[in-house]
Amino acid sequence: MDTRYLVVGSSHAALEAVAAIRMHDPDGSLALVTRDRHPPYSPTVLPYVVSGRSVPESVRLRDDRYFTANRVTYLPGRALVRLRPEHGTATLSDGATIAYDKLLLATGATPAIPPIPGLDRAAYHVLRTLDDALALRSAIATARRPVVLGGGLVGMHAAENLVEAGAAVTVVEMQPRVLGAYFDPIAAGLIERAFVAHGARIVTGRRVVAVSREDAATRVHLDDGDTLTTDLLLVATGVKPDLAYLADSGVAHEAGILVDDGMRTSVANVWAAGDCAQARDFLTGRPILNAILPEAAEQGRLAGMAMAGDPGTRSYAGGVPLNTYRFFGHHAIAVGTVPAGAADHLRHDAAHGRYLRIAVADGRLHGMFGVDVFFDGGVMRQLILRRTDVSAVIDRLLADPLRTGRELMSRMWK
Amino acid sequence: MGHAYATIAFEAARCDGCQDCMRACATAKCGSDDISRARLQVLPAVLPAGQPLDGGAPASFELAMCRQCGDPRCVAVCPAGALAKDVETGVITRNADTCVDCLLCTVGCAYAGIAPDPADGRVAKCDMCDGAPACVAACPTGALRHVTTARIYNEVGDWEDLFAPGLAGCQGCNSELVMRHALRRVGPDTVLATPPGCVPGMGSVGYNGLTGTKVPVFHPLLTNTAAMLAGVKRQYKRVGRDITAMAIAGDGGASDVGFQSLSGAAERGEEILFLVIDNEGYMNTGMQRSSCTPYGAWTSTTPVGRETKGKSQDAKNLPLLMVGHRCAYVATASTAFMQDFYDKLDKAIAASKHGFAYLHVYSPCTTGWRFPTERNIAVARTAVETNFVMLWEFTPQDGLHLTHPIESPRPVADYLKAMGRFRHLTDDQIGHIQAKVEENRAVIAQIAAGAAAR
Repeated sequence: MDTRYLVVGSSHAALEAVAAIRMHDPDGSLALVTRDRHPPYSPTVLPYVVSGRSVPESVRLRDDRYFTANRVTYLPGRALVRLRPEHGTATLSDGATIAYDKLLLATGATPAIPPIPGLDRAAYHVLRTLDDALALRSAIATARRPVVLGGGLVGMHAAENLVEAGAAVTVVEMQPRVLGAYFDPIAAGLIERAFVAHGARIVTGRRVVAVSREDAATRVHLDDGDTLTTDLLLVATGVKPDLAYLADSGVAHEAGILVDDGMRTSVANVWAAGDCAQARDFLTGRPILNAILPEAAEQGRLAGMAMAGDPGTRSYAGGVPLNTYRFFGHHAIAVGTVPAGAADHLRHDAAHGRYLRIAVADGRLHGMFGVDVFFDGGVMRQLILRRTDVSAVIDRLLADPLRTGRELMSRMWK
Repeated sequence: MGHAYATIAFEAARCDGCQDCMRACATAKCGSDDISRARLQVLPAVLPAGQPLDGGAPASFELAMCRQCGDPRCVAVCPAGALAKDVETGVITRNADTCVDCLLCTVGCAYAGIAPDPADGRVAKCDMCDGAPACVAACPTGALRHVTTARIYNEVGDWEDLFAPGLAGCQGCNSELVMRHALRRVGPDTVLATPPGCVPGMGSVGYNGLTGTKVPVFHPLLTNTAAMLAGVKRQYKRVGRDITAMAIAGDGGASDVGFQSLSGAAERGEEILFLVIDNEGYMNTGMQRSSCTPYGAWTSTTPVGRETKGKSQDAKNLPLLMVGHRCAYVATASTAFMQDFYDKLDKAIAASKHGFAYLHVYSPCTTGWRFPTERNIAVARTAVETNFVMLWEFTPQDGLHLTHPIESPRPVADYLKAMGRFRHLTDDQIGHIQAKVEENRAVIAQIAAGAAAR
């Protein structure tokens, strides 16, 4: 088959690219190939499928009617296995070859399984696909002593689900704190405190040295000699792009596919976006994997515009870490980073568990992090991207980030 | 045609910080008088103006609310498919059942348009109150307005364009905008008169035996437009056909040599819709002055040199003269205020069925006034915002009233400096024009006050 546009993947980056292409080119042939058999969904929603809060039927981001109305040839259940940019062809797992004019790789990431002896022979869950979520959901019902490897967002979400289901959960994180990619020790401490208050056990700074099986139980051996016996093991130690299809393709990649500020790869007519792409970090300028939903959507949009030749195409502003996290009715929000040498402005109401940290360097806002202190993350992201000097308003920003941020927004970009 | 949508506009200069809008919103949406739960937040500015941020003009009040973006990032980052843009209303809707309360929308939105309701922690946003925003209804100062101009564009898109393609106006000219919109609205049962000027000059009367319109059109003399049109209308009436007799004339043709026939037709109450596109001169023939050219303006017949500094007389206020004829309907309009224009067009069409309707549209001329071609609407808006042009309407029953009063007009110099024809003005001349603006405003206010007292 021949197509003008070929998009591989079916989550946020791919879907935004499709929307952007159709915004500018309503007619060019467009095929969407994805290894998933389910209608498009977000990996981010999966913890809510595990908890039962979301039902699989309601999490679809697009339906057949959308693909028909937008003249998209939707090809689920087919993975990309080989890429031949010199011929402009992509070979799929069903043996079919598609000839494309312009290709977007938005193939996402798969769980990174740590090289722990015995893990490959143990039964464990991961949480990246809807099928994973459904399997974990049914396992939760009978699990009594689950162990979660990894205190990232996926692990912590799943741990909360397990706590709510009445299980005695242990989270093992090899870093000194949970959610270390987003939160500092005080914020992480507040989050850990909530988990402990709900009966979970958080083990940080510990490495799993081996996993063994005995009868129905799995034993997790830690580097301090402790052993955890579990009836449900969830491995949530991060994700990494699966780029086997790039072999001999000439597309430059490190951990992810290297892209420029136009989401172009090193090869003509091939773009990449989302969790599989390694794009410029806003702060350091170096190419990084920043596998978060808002960046995937932004990169997909930019790639789609560029592929369609939309004259409104912009240059990528650079990745900014960005996340929100809800736990036991509390919330935590992280926007930006804390660069070396940054001045810290904090307030911590330990009694009520409220915490706000603002990182400023050279007078400019670089990061804002809160636990149970709400602020408009999207506004703060803009202030960071605009390299806004906040030195004159820092006291107000700390005391009242909501009103101050909104005032700055209204003043600066009405 | 694509969809355009209604929106809520905020004019900070009119806001007095009463917070009635927020109370109305919280009441309508939450049944509460807690303004922190309102989906729009009007904030008194505390930051020092211009410091440390130089992004915008200092204002006394700032606003945070949903922009109902055309390309909404909140929707793009929602992992649960709970947010969507309604293509009919333009409102970004939230499905409370499928929303998982992850708050990612709040980091997606750059405008603080979606945030948790402090009462229950679930995100809430403006839904435009199904087309009747409670905040706007509650605003006592007019700082919040429900702008429904989009309705016009959506409707107009379905009407037939009754001008041929390819009208040859100057680049950036908005006369074509006025012509196409007006004739679309008036409709196919129209006989059109276009006396000499830019309107026929850009091809509306046609070439080589073909007309530039899809309705009957004729090209009277400058002097006899209203007289000829009156006769045409009477003949149609005699044979029992209901048509709209419409003229689209320039200010020169209407205010100078055509004024006698215009005045006569108005005095006799001929059933005509007379639309004047006022670009303040004979622009079609090389930018000569007309009696509508303002004081101080450069034209080819009011040059700028050692002795003369542009036109030395003030402009004739033609629409006010038409009020003196006590026409069935008289109004002024501007292409920067299309909703206002359309409201008046509808009233003028209705009035033309029983009397003389006169509609005076102020239309900046990119070529003759010398400003960049992309600035036309901005120049038209500035004319209104400085009170150089005032938007009002008149009927014999209700008198005259302003349709877009400007409470804090900008100095007229803001308008004058926007174009080259005033570049040479001395401070004395600017002072003269400012004084004329004040005088004109006072005259209009006096007439309007008289109408209000009745």
